[in-house]
Amino acid sequence: MTQSSAYRDPAVAAGLLDRIRDKAATFARPVTLMEVCGTHTMAIHEHGLRGLLPAGIRLVSGPGCPVCVTPIDYVDQALALCRLPDTIITTFGDMVRVPGSQTSLLEEKARGADIRIVYSALDAVSLARHNPDRQVVFLGVGFETTAPTVAGAILQAQQAGLDNFSVLCAHKTMPAPMQALSADPDLQVDGYLCPAHVSAIIGADAYTELTTRYRVPCVVTGFEPLDILQGVDMLVSQIVGGIARVENQYCRYVKNAGNPRAQQLLTQVFEPCDARWRGLGLITASGLQIRAAYSFFDAAQRFGVTVAPAAEPLGCRCGEILKGKLGPRDCPLFGQRCTPATPVGACMVSSEGTCAAEYKYGF
Amino acid sequence: MPDDIILLGHGSGGKLSHQLLDELIIPMLSEVETKDQNDAALLTHAGQRLAFTTDSYVVDPIFFPGGTIGDLAVYGTVNDLAMVGAQPLAISVGLILEEGLPKDDLQRVLESMKQAAASAGVRIVTGDTKVVPRGKADKIFINTSGIGVFAHDFNLTGNNARPGDKVLINGSIGDHGMAILASREGLALETDISSDSAPLNGLVEALLTHIGAAVHVLRDPTRGGVATTLKEIALQSGVDIVLDETAQPVHHNVRSACAILGLDPLFVANEGKMLAVVAADQAEAALQIMRSHPRGLEAAIIGEVSAASTGRVAMRTALGGLRAIDMLAGEQLPRIC
Repeated sequence: MTQSSAYRDPAVAAGLLDRIRDKAATFARPVTLMEVCGTHTMAIHEHGLRGLLPAGIRLVSGPGCPVCVTPIDYVDQALALCRLPDTIITTFGDMVRVPGSQTSLLEEKARGADIRIVYSALDAVSLARHNPDRQVVFLGVGFETTAPTVAGAILQAQQAGLDNFSVLCAHKTMPAPMQALSADPDLQVDGYLCPAHVSAIIGADAYTELTTRYRVPCVVTGFEPLDILQGVDMLVSQIVGGIARVENQYCRYVKNAGNPRAQQLLTQVFEPCDARWRGLGLITASGLQIRAAYSFFDAAQRFGVTVAPAAEPLGCRCGEILKGKLGPRDCPLFGQRCTPATPVGACMVSSEGTCAAEYKYGF
Repeated sequence: MPDDIILLGHGSGGKLSHQLLDELIIPMLSEVETKDQNDAALLTHAGQRLAFTTDSYVVDPIFFPGGTIGDLAVYGTVNDLAMVGAQPLAISVGLILEEGLPKDDLQRVLESMKQAAASAGVRIVTGDTKVVPRGKADKIFINTSGIGVFAHDFNLTGNNARPGDKVLINGSIGDHGMAILASREGLALETDISSDSAPLNGLVEALLTHIGAAVHVLRDPTRGGVATTLKEIALQSGVDIVLDETAQPVHHNVRSACAILGLDPLFVANEGKMLAVVAADQAEAALQIMRSHPRGLEAAIIGEVSAASTGRVAMRTALGGLRAIDMLAGEQLPRIC
């Protein structure tokens, strides 16, 4: 028995699905549940869960893939940095395929730029230590899951006295975009499967405002198929009962108050800022910027590269897809001009993007 | 995606590799059609059927748990011959060495090649050595070509899968690719994953001796992994293939490492595995033959060829859901969170 097989038991899944079907049969109209985490999106597809749920429940993917919501201008900025002499760009793998206005990091790498895929921001610090004559820039993209390790990397670089390490920061936070989506009168999200990794840092309590102010049920949910089905069942139960509260399905890892040490790291190095989300626009206090005390490690300030404002590719519907207004196959570019090998929009770029998941797993 | 330069993804064994072959390399050099692409070329000369293949090895690191670039090169070429049903006869070795390579490393690689050739029962009969300036290669690149002969007239090529056939694999999926990834600098995975690099000609011979005509397709799922290889077979044969998720043999440590990095074992490279598409009434016999051979102890029936003919590959999940399996689009890249 593998470690996760307890969370993949077909008999338990069948029981959960029966319960969900019974409750869904009482709905006056179909309900829309949104997962706000790229890993949830992939897990839902990987286990074929959409096809198992009753027709009255529609699962849509929200802005939970950090690569997908990163604006094109940021990619252009990273591309400008990679062209500076004696510079090494370090990044998580997903970012290298994201098209900027003209080119991508993958293309620049093929043309000779020094771009390295790392598995942790600390690997980038180590690279800086071993390459004192080069500037090592880490692309700080991701939610509260990854931001604490980037904060740790900045502190480690400071302690080591490294003057050749910096971060191009585009970190974003939850649950601000979920609140923005809930405030949009054009959208109808009946419940959120709240992100698991992010919630382990910020805690389940972070979604309380969503449930009280917007009256939308929230369930912090794990990634195994039974986690997701139980999360759906808990949301459906709330909807049937006319309740809107935060529930924590993933209590084996997520605490109500989150991870205080990681939160302290975030607060020490970063401060909230307004941030632009690809597809969603500007959302107040939804980003993290490096505090003045650590500005030495801020690549944007250190190198001062400026790029022209970028426009979304013509015909791309990623913005509506990220809001759950459209499904991937509603986009005319899907599977035609826009594929994982030739991505046009953000949702197709990352392996965790909505369109990439649909392309990979959908029929 | 730029179309004027070569990207790493063009060597991934997935869609970009196929695109490069179909649009540029094959039209320039050969008349073979996509549906006829196999692991080795089939030749006939003076009434004798021959198989001929070549492959290049550029793996980093050159030493890894379970093997070296040397035995990988020998086994890879032996396996390409075995997958069309040929008995490997002789291979050539082309060495491209980077200036500064320690002679001890070269000797270790050559010793592993010698042992690999002995264990596969193949002779290394000719070769070539070049040295390039430091930085113009990565330690050592190896090209091997091989020639094989046939003791039978079975057709095992990728266009031979038929509705109702069962799909078998001779053991666990993804070991080689994850062993390489885990041993690369900067990835501190505390695992004991070992490459599955091994010769498969003995196992093929055992299958063909006992149930020859029932074996319809053989293919080793190297770059691009099991998913890409099955997709190739489905397209070549014009059939659909449905896999059973619960039947996929994946070692726990490989599954865990893949989960951490956001990779799918089905797309990870193997170097000692083969997929066999076998007539349904002989599938159980094939399974027993595999399991009684040292290279097939963990063999499993992982899926079947369905009656549909759209070239699709699907996975029936443990919970009863269905998802599509496509070719690897580019390089598999670790996810961000």
